[in-house]
Amino acid sequence: MFEIVRKEWLHEVIFLIEVKAPAIARKIKAGNFLVFRAKEGGERIPITVAEYDRKKGTVTCIIQVVGKSTKLLSTFEKGDYIQDVVGPLGKPTEIKKYGLVGIVSGGLGIPLANLVAKELRNAGNEVIGMVGARTKELLVWEEEMSKYCTEMDYCTDDGSFGMKGFTTNLLEKKIKELEKEGKKFDMIFTVGPTIMMKFIAGITKKYGIHTIASLNPIMVDGTGMCGACRVTVGGEIKFACVDGPEFDAHQVDFDELLMRLGQYKKYEKVSYDLYLKECCGGKQK
Amino acid sequence: MTEEKKERKPQKRSDKSPKKTPMREQPPEERIKNFLEVPFGYTEKEALLEAERCLHCRRPFCVEGCPVEINIPAFISAILDKDYRRGINIIKETNVLPAICGRVCPQENQCEKACVMGRKDGWDPVGIGRLERFLADWEYANGRETPKIAEPTGKKVAVIGSGPAGLVAAADLARYGHKVTLFESLHKGGGVLVYGIPEFRLPKSIVAKELETLEHMGVEIKYDTVIGLTYTIDELFEMGYEAIFIGTGAGLPRYLGIPGENLKGVYFANEFLTRANLMEAYKFPEKADTPINVGKKVITIGAGNVAMDCARTALRLGAEKSMIVYRRSLAEAPAREEEIHHAEEEGVEFHLLTTPLAIMGDKDNNVIGLECQECELGEPDESGRCRPIPIEDACFDLECDTLIIAIGQRPNPLVPRNTPNLKTHRWGGIIVNEETLETSIPGVFAGGDIVSGAATVILAMGAGRKAAKSMHEYLMNKDKKA
Ligand SMILES: Cc1cc2nc3c(=O)[nH]c(=O)nc-3n(C[C@H](O)[C@H](O)[C@H](O)COP(=O)(O)OP(=O)(O)OC[C@H]3O[C@@H](n4cnc5c(N)ncnc54)[C@H](O)[C@@H]3O)c2cc1C
Ligand SMILES: Cc1cc2nc3c(=O)[nH]c(=O)nc-3n(C[C@H](O)[C@H](O)[C@H](O)COP(=O)(O)OP(=O)(O)OC[C@H]3O[C@@H](n4cnc5c(N)ncnc54)[C@H](O)[C@@H]3O)c2cc1C
Ligand code: SF4
Ligand code: SF4
Ligand code: FES
Repeated sequence: MFEIVRKEWLHEVIFLIEVKAPAIARKIKAGNFLVFRAKEGGERIPITVAEYDRKKGTVTCIIQVVGKSTKLLSTFEKGDYIQDVVGPLGKPTEIKKYGLVGIVSGGLGIPLANLVAKELRNAGNEVIGMVGARTKELLVWEEEMSKYCTEMDYCTDDGSFGMKGFTTNLLEKKIKELEKEGKKFDMIFTVGPTIMMKFIAGITKKYGIHTIASLNPIMVDGTGMCGACRVTVGGEIKFACVDGPEFDAHQVDFDELLMRLGQYKKYEKVSYDLYLKECCGGKQK
Repeated sequence: MTEEKKERKPQKRSDKSPKKTPMREQPPEERIKNFLEVPFGYTEKEALLEAERCLHCRRPFCVEGCPVEINIPAFISAILDKDYRRGINIIKETNVLPAICGRVCPQENQCEKACVMGRKDGWDPVGIGRLERFLADWEYANGRETPKIAEPTGKKVAVIGSGPAGLVAAADLARYGHKVTLFESLHKGGGVLVYGIPEFRLPKSIVAKELETLEHMGVEIKYDTVIGLTYTIDELFEMGYEAIFIGTGAGLPRYLGIPGENLKGVYFANEFLTRANLMEAYKFPEKADTPINVGKKVITIGAGNVAMDCARTALRLGAEKSMIVYRRSLAEAPAREEEIHHAEEEGVEFHLLTTPLAIMGDKDNNVIGLECQECELGEPDESGRCRPIPIEDACFDLECDTLIIAIGQRPNPLVPRNTPNLKTHRWGGIIVNEETLETSIPGVFAGGDIVSGAATVILAMGAGRKAAKSMHEYLMNKDKKA
């Protein structure tokens, strides 16, 4: 059982929890993820660590409510216990001095990329953050990652904050600006919706920039046992939970990943609707 | 030994009935609608009837056939004396998990294969497995004695993995008086016994009771702990564990390498069974949150226990048609006879001598079928089984909307990958000293599927016991040397 020591809502559907998990906090690194199971009968769901505190023995995660399991977790408050937290899973990000690094993140962008930005910066890189969201309110935690970035650029689909447009536009714009100054990204790290990463990979391929994508396939155990998380990378089957979740973005078969992500749509809806009916009288918060 | 006195004199076959006392079970048409155990187990009367069939051979071949050499005629004698406590204790001298082995051991290849009764045409061997289960179930119903524990030695030991190998190693090490911590990466203990073998073959409550007993014996069980990641082997030593047992099993799926393996609706057996068993997807959405996708027509590729479990689970999850595709004949199938028989009774369709060529999908990448080719059997290969040879132009398609790949598992790589000095075979198994089960790292021992490759419950248990014994010796000698 893992105690929640802090819980905050960052947005209507995005919340932060800080969980006491000393064994995990001891070793967690950028790129690792955890598996949460809220309670008996619950699903095992993978979640990234946004920040940790080795002294306090805690890890902080930021979670967006999208279906039953994330909704259920969102009902937990400070002092409650989560049944299972497993980690650190996956391979950590390869942190070294690349030079000029771009971090392109979307959706729950900043929380997913925060530790990577931090460690890349600590390794002596110049880090440019390019973050996108649908609208201003969804750009949570931006003051955190800005601490580690030499520059932060934003975009929103509706233009409510930063540039109007997508992270792909933001990235191409930045690449061209740098070109004018005679500079180039040495590495791009991307995390977020699969479709976004697919297009980002397309752009960086065109410009010949080494790109790492942090993939988010459906997982069950998270320890390499079931094969649910398999992705095709460079024509080979890889298990994202143990061989990844980060891979060379130019080798990833994104179309297959997109296709596999949709596998449980109809069940997810059944589960969510039933849950809403049971606990919230059918209304979404 | 007092038991020996009570053993019986050899008896004549002519006084015996040639056929095994039948075991009552749920009728096929009913059981495919539930997850309850299929065979009911012997009543006392049936057990006595079956025990009566044993010849009490002067040289009991049955014992030689059992990988852990249970004194079979002695426990059968105890049943005949209605001294069931004595019976179960005889079994537990060498097999601490009889309720499990009595259910899932491949008896027909082990004790019962060697039984003298079965050697004559038309005669069945003694139902040793069923009698073993009878005694184990009797013990569950009549109170279990917590095993005696030796004086504390003051030594801390770690056991990694709570499958049968780890369970037995932990129990034995605790009995020797060591302080045992059992580390398990999943949220539930039992290894394949809980995530792989379905409820209808092995009720999970049995495994839960065994874990409870371990805790009564003072074993601390730490779930959600992945050794190699949460703690490395080196860190375990730093934490004060003086000897370590690795029993992490063979949990890495094998795949076919044919087109279409990543289509929607294609599962590796491990995912299918994990969703169904560990995550209890059959209770979705009311009592469990993990879904499973089972269509009307399900194909399972393979013919081991894993494949039978998938095909039978699919039926229970609502498949109208469940098919097995296997490239050899049933004679070569690695599954237990009973599982094949049960699958047949439940209406699983067997496509034998059929090799898969490609998995077919529709425009939305949903699986819609399997391209197959007929085979004939050739000469035996390295495994001793006849090699399937595809027949030219004998290709055909089978329709399906779910497909499960159940062609075997490889050793779980997490511990070896994160333990630089641990020597492994090219195929991934950990290399051990056959005598002591010690690995290339002093003080680290290993056993079960992680050493042997996918094998059986009883062999994994045997290895756990053997390793515990050498770990005990290692720990005791360590002090003398110092
Ligand atoms: C490595 C990794 C790190 C992640 N980190 C975070 C994080 O820090 N914060 C966060 O909010 N989300 C994160 N996610 C996504 C999160 O796991 C899913 O949102 C969650 O599992 C959805 O569960 P649900 O029951 O609420 O929704 P559902 O209704 O079950 O699913 C909604 C969508 O989420 C995806 N999904 C569903 N189940 C899984 C699963 N078991 N594994 C992966 N994806 C799934 C599917 O695309 C699905 O369509 C991460 C995913 C991965 C793989
Ligand atoms: C579906 C299926 C049906 C079967 N049916 C039969 C049958 O009828 N009869 C029979 O005799 N045999 C059967 N077998 C084979 C038998 O179950 C195995 O041979 C046996 O379970 C092996 O035991 P083990 O202890 O070595 O490993 P496992 O049972 O695999 O247990 C290993 C445990 O270690 C844990 N683990 C792995 N890595 C780590 C880590 N890094 N840190 C912590 N924990 C870890 C795993 O989660 C697991 O709990 C079947 C196997 C399967 C898959
Ligand atoms: S453990 Fe297995 S082989 Fe040994 S007697 Fe029991 S059923 Fe037979
Ligand atoms: S071989 Fe068969 S008949 Fe002989 S002692 Fe063993 S169980 Fe009894
Ligand atoms: S989630 Fe099961 S193998 Fe990766």
